[in-house]
Amino acid sequence: MPSGDRSILERSPLARLPDRVLKYGLTALAALILALIVFFFVRLVGESKPAFAHNGVFGFAFDNNWDVSREKFGALPLVLGTLITSGLALLIGVPVAVATAIYANELCPLRLRTALTILVELLAAVPSVVYGLWGIFFLAPKLQPIEQWVADRLSFIPFIGGGTVTIPNYFVAGLILAIMILPIVSAIAREVMATVPSDHKEAALGLGATRWEMIRTAVLPYCRTGIVGGAMLGLGRAIGETIAVTIVIGDAPQLGKHLFGQGYSLAAVIANEFGEAQGLHRSALFAAGLVLFVLTLLVNIAARLLVNRAARKGTTPTATQGAAGGGQPVAGAVAGA
Amino acid sequence: MTPDASPPQTANVKDPTVDPESRTEQERDAIAASTPAKPASGTSADGAKADAARAAESKQGLGVKLEGLRAFYGEAEQVKGIDLEFDANEVTAIIGPSGCGKSTMVRCINRMHEEIPGAHAEGRVMLDQLDVYDPSVDVVAVRRAIGMVFQKPNPFPTMSVFDNVASGLRLSSGRSTHGKADLRMKVEAALRGAGLWDEVADRLDAPGAGLSGGQQQRLCIARSLAVEPEVILMDEPCSALDPIATLKIEELIEELKKRVTIVIVTHNMQQAARVADRTAFMLSGELVEVGPTNDIFTKPGDSRTEEYVTGKFG
Amino acid sequence: MSARGDQSPPRAATPSTHGELLARFAVSPARRRKDRLARGLIMAGTAIALVPLVLVVYYLIKQGAGSWSWDFFTTDPTGNTFFKTSSIGGIESAILGTLEIVALAAVIAIPIGIGVAVWLVEYGRDSAFANLVRFFVDVLTGVPSIVFGLFIYIVLIVGTGSSYAGYKGSLALSLLMLPVVIRSAEVILLLVPGALRESALALGAPRWKVILRIVLPTALPGMVTGVLLAIARAAGETAPLLFTAAATNKTTGDLGAFMNSLPVQIYKDVTSPTTSVVNRAWGAALTLVAMILVLNLIARLISRRSRLA
Repeated sequence: MPSGDRSILERSPLARLPDRVLKYGLTALAALILALIVFFFVRLVGESKPAFAHNGVFGFAFDNNWDVSREKFGALPLVLGTLITSGLALLIGVPVAVATAIYANELCPLRLRTALTILVELLAAVPSVVYGLWGIFFLAPKLQPIEQWVADRLSFIPFIGGGTVTIPNYFVAGLILAIMILPIVSAIAREVMATVPSDHKEAALGLGATRWEMIRTAVLPYCRTGIVGGAMLGLGRAIGETIAVTIVIGDAPQLGKHLFGQGYSLAAVIANEFGEAQGLHRSALFAAGLVLFVLTLLVNIAARLLVNRAARKGTTPTATQGAAGGGQPVAGAVAGA
Repeated sequence: MTPDASPPQTANVKDPTVDPESRTEQERDAIAASTPAKPASGTSADGAKADAARAAESKQGLGVKLEGLRAFYGEAEQVKGIDLEFDANEVTAIIGPSGCGKSTMVRCINRMHEEIPGAHAEGRVMLDQLDVYDPSVDVVAVRRAIGMVFQKPNPFPTMSVFDNVASGLRLSSGRSTHGKADLRMKVEAALRGAGLWDEVADRLDAPGAGLSGGQQQRLCIARSLAVEPEVILMDEPCSALDPIATLKIEELIEELKKRVTIVIVTHNMQQAARVADRTAFMLSGELVEVGPTNDIFTKPGDSRTEEYVTGKFG
Repeated sequence: MSARGDQSPPRAATPSTHGELLARFAVSPARRRKDRLARGLIMAGTAIALVPLVLVVYYLIKQGAGSWSWDFFTTDPTGNTFFKTSSIGGIESAILGTLEIVALAAVIAIPIGIGVAVWLVEYGRDSAFANLVRFFVDVLTGVPSIVFGLFIYIVLIVGTGSSYAGYKGSLALSLLMLPVVIRSAEVILLLVPGALRESALALGAPRWKVILRIVLPTALPGMVTGVLLAIARAAGETAPLLFTAAATNKTTGDLGAFMNSLPVQIYKDVTSPTTSVVNRAWGAALTLVAMILVLNLIARLISRRSRLA
């Protein structure tokens, strides 16, 4: 007979309480996150309305003049500036990041691997304002003669050639962004490459392939989706990056005529002008923020889908794949029979 | 039991006139329990220890009866209607080929099966006239009454040996008025019951995960014993252990069955033959045959049983 | 050596030396060149990746170390931007402000973040709702930091008609930290072996005790690492603070008032024409980077002690 104090009948409601509290409390918290974001979006749209009403949505997006004094808020130079600098960041940053990942995973001597990984990750530890500081006082001046040389030599190419090089310019902004997205693109590329089954690699090597041929045929094709996803995450980061870009891009009200001249970006305009903006101007800045938000949203969603699809080929959960299906911790331990 | 009824005392230890041969098993355990690892703290403490040991000794297990038990993973039916009885204080082995549903069935007994998302069970599991699936029954309490030892030893890594054994007591819901001394006694009793006390008495504070595989499994058994269950379910408890550790645990099972009812899932037929009083053979989610172990292995009634035990498949 | 008798079928000339045998299987020079070229490019790429780090650190120390002095850390900036070093002050209010604002942000973001992560792993698991939450958390990760500042501005400054305050900056930073904490905590919690939870449940422990007494303690080192990294990230952010905590020169303990911070101070000083002010910016930058590196280091050391991956 069971001993007295261990009846297996119903626990008192009081004893059940902590379980209930925890469960519903945490569920509410999770729902709170959802509510927050929706609220976020709604308020932002609300504050942007006046600007859209003034110019029309397309007017806002495609007019090439951001003239505060005359209350003209065409955001085209901003959008394009954002795209140019981010595009540049991808162009320069992604190949370097992938090269670093390949080196770390496939070519690097084992004992150097951790050190290399840590060094690349340290790039992410530098705050953006410090990158801006370093960019404007060190990088931009050092690059100016080179940029001038390029502009002079390639004057026949529109946008790149001709014109004088100013210290804040699109190119330096793009370069700094490339440096800033290096860590994340490299980290994702490395993680995806690590999921390549060693059978594939051994098969290639066993056939007598050189190291590079093995990488080219067994590793890279397998990782293509994941690397593209990683690049898009880098893109998202570059689009939203504010302070470093603000410092090194200048503040041209119209689309810059060339790569080495001053430019502007969505994030930069907000940082520069929000402090003293009033009324319609302020609303226009909110609208710029909205465009920024939507842009990064779309890029990030696409990026997540790609990274998750690639990461699902592997088995271990990683930081990049936190969203790729939760684990079932209890189920995992149960054997079939 | 002891010569003087009250107050309880370890009279046998002090009285040289009592013939050692005539001591009952309970008295011997009382002595063992009260032999201090540290200096005795007085008569009443020793007496209480003797009481605890005696109480543990005299506790009988309960029988379990499965009625029409079915287990599902989502829509798929893995256990297809089982009627089976486990007698109190007996060891029943469940044998069968991989995937026949033996682990699933056993997990239904302590209601662990439903912890898997999408899994559920139907039917009745009677623990001494009470259906553990009855809505008024608290699943957490069921698991205190029906303990479980898993295939892979898994002591809690953040805890010492002592804390591991005590964890069952501390974690279980209900009043946690375990005084320190009370806790120590229960931990020691559990460790002795698991045959581990002598090996870890001097390192109760060492990390639980630092023991050998066989010791870890016995630690897990002690952990389950500490909450004083009526039944202990063992899901292939020795499959991750070496032969010597396995042997120790099989000897332990012989001892444990005096206190609890034991159900052991095993894929090792020799083990079933060694430890089990009764054996049940399962195939594809159904119970094919159950009976005294000897009969199952020497004159099985069903041809499928015969094919399995003679190694024709599985 | 020579071809065998007529019985064996005719075949290509047998190699007579090792060299010739291997020569048949050797990699062609063209392939070998490509391999070398590719490897060279890859190594060059890696080196290029490391150059900025070296340059940033070097220049930071070179320009910033000169500003470091006892006075630097213990005087507030005077707001004078046109005069010589002695009258422009130090960065005390910036350092203290950063410490206060980030501490409050952490206190807000950490419990909420870990709570959501626990819900995702222990309760929500793979349900549709949980995946929706995960999706939105990912969305939150990608939001530009300045947009967080805008949001808090809309809700707490425009919405309430009140002014800038330190705690509003903290709220903006906590929004930024939240997805980072949630994701890293979720990853760590998923690494806790299911067998641990099973054993605890099988002992008759209620779910909340399993979570609080078994799962969380096992996951603790990993979560601390994630939290420290989130804090390091928040400490370096400028944009969310620009229109929430704004900036001021005085040190203040009042989180309800304008509050200075290191990143904002640096940002203000960057555009100054006065050399001494710019030097102060370098000194402040070096301080900020030093703080962040120390946090990163501690995080790494702790993660080494973690029993999970």
